[in-house]
Amino acid sequence: MTDAPSPRAGGAMVEFDSVGLRYGPDGEVLSDISFNLQPGSFYFLTGASGAGKTSLLKMLYLAQRPSRGIVRLFGEDLVNMPRQRLPGFRRRIGVVFQDFRLIPHLSARDNIALPLRIAGVGEDDLSGPVGEMLSWIGLGERAEAHPATLSGGEQQRVAIARAVIARPQLLVADEPTGNVDPEMAMRLLGLFEALNRLGTTVVVATHDIHLISRIENAQMMRLEKGRLSDPTGALRYPPANRA
Amino acid sequence: MIIPRVPVQHRRLLPDRRLSGPTPWVIAILMMLTLLAAAAGVGLARSANAIGSAIAGRVTVQIVTANPVARAEQAAGLRRAAAAQPFVLSARAVDREELQATLGQWFGSADGDDPVLNSLPLPALVDIDFVGENRSRHMEQLRALVAAEAPGARIIPHAEWLGPVAQLIGSLAWIAGGLVLLMTLASAAVVIMTARAALATHFPTIEMLHLIGATDRQITRLFQRRIAIDTAYGIALGTVVAAAILLLIGWQWAGITSGLAATASLGPTGWALLLALPLLAIALAALTARQTLLAALKKIL
Repeated sequence: MTDAPSPRAGGAMVEFDSVGLRYGPDGEVLSDISFNLQPGSFYFLTGASGAGKTSLLKMLYLAQRPSRGIVRLFGEDLVNMPRQRLPGFRRRIGVVFQDFRLIPHLSARDNIALPLRIAGVGEDDLSGPVGEMLSWIGLGERAEAHPATLSGGEQQRVAIARAVIARPQLLVADEPTGNVDPEMAMRLLGLFEALNRLGTTVVVATHDIHLISRIENAQMMRLEKGRLSDPTGALRYPPANRA
Repeated sequence: MIIPRVPVQHRRLLPDRRLSGPTPWVIAILMMLTLLAAAAGVGLARSANAIGSAIAGRVTVQIVTANPVARAEQAAGLRRAAAAQPFVLSARAVDREELQATLGQWFGSADGDDPVLNSLPLPALVDIDFVGENRSRHMEQLRALVAAEAPGARIIPHAEWLGPVAQLIGSLAWIAGGLVLLMTLASAAVVIMTARAALATHFPTIEMLHLIGATDRQITRLFQRRIAIDTAYGIALGTVVAAAILLLIGWQWAGITSGLAATASLGPTGWALLLALPLLAIALAALTARQTLLAALKKIL
């Protein structure tokens, strides 16, 4: 992870400036997207289906480069960054998918341990954090269960644990409560809030307006037909870090 | 490293379905055919070389003088004179009994008392092997010697009648070499298809590994190891079957001690080549898999 420097002092963790994204020859799915995300903040990304939330998140977790504009992450220009440098940045980002994307033939323990193993953490140093994480998400008894035998909520918690086990600086979650009941949704949101208190910048894409009101000081980004609206006015000129 | 080392926990990222797909079996068949073609090629090439070097410096002088006594004297004189020449390695008069035994195979009697065979005016033959490589000059010297010792005798270079056979065997050896090359390419194609199929099958896993920060090298080593092991199983199986077939053929071949067949053998170099082929095949498979995987992964951000 030596090739991914820390954000500049006092600078934004993520900077999007006039970013546009198009797939193929059709028109842009995202146009003129500009915002800054401050370290240690909590953001909700809302918008109707097809507004471009997932496309925006893909650029945030480095699965997609923009068609135009400037994207800076941790102070580095990602648009022109050589492909071989991307893994170092990805290791600093945790991603939670709506469809979990757990590896089906691995146990809950192995799924959670994956980012640490990829980062080269030895087995001796890995069992402690993974065990703690399993306890934290309440699945200590089901550590060896495979995803197919877990409920939707349990799978989602494993996916969240996998996203945060390596203590990412940025956590991106795409509709993380879309497949769970309201009670579980609140518990998952509690997990995100706890992580945010520990200093992780959190971006949650959601349809659920009730969730947004549950997090104090959370800022909202709203996408409408591929363009970002800024109802609170806080995105371009965000408040000081709470951390 | 042909089969890269991957930590045990990383190996589990791919489900354990060894030998469940067609790849090891297809590779086994291709390897067996490659080894058999290579063995045929080596045997035929050695045979062609052996025949070529044997006939290139050998001539037979055919003495057809009508008087049998004079004919025998000319043959004996020519053999003695030739044997004394520095450019002659050996000179041998072919016995009448040997000629009759050879002809008897066509006349239907080989015991030497056939009246028709006995009545034939057989020519006297003298086989001469030259020394060294300068055979055209030796032919000139021999013609002068024959003209002196057995006027009217005909000199028959063996290369004239056996040369096309040696060329044919040489061509067959090249064809066998071509088959080895084609089957090697086919094996590489199988490995490429296997690597691409593996990437397609496990794309969700690969995508996830990428997103959590896995490098192309880490992912490639994972798949390269799996493909190399699968192909190694196939290559080992194909090698065992081919070795059994070659040993069986070799055992039967050992009983053949005459004619062109006796010149065909693998020799130490041939056996060494055949033993090296499976190792080269494993290395080729691993390298092909690695390049295919790296090229495919570069298309993903």
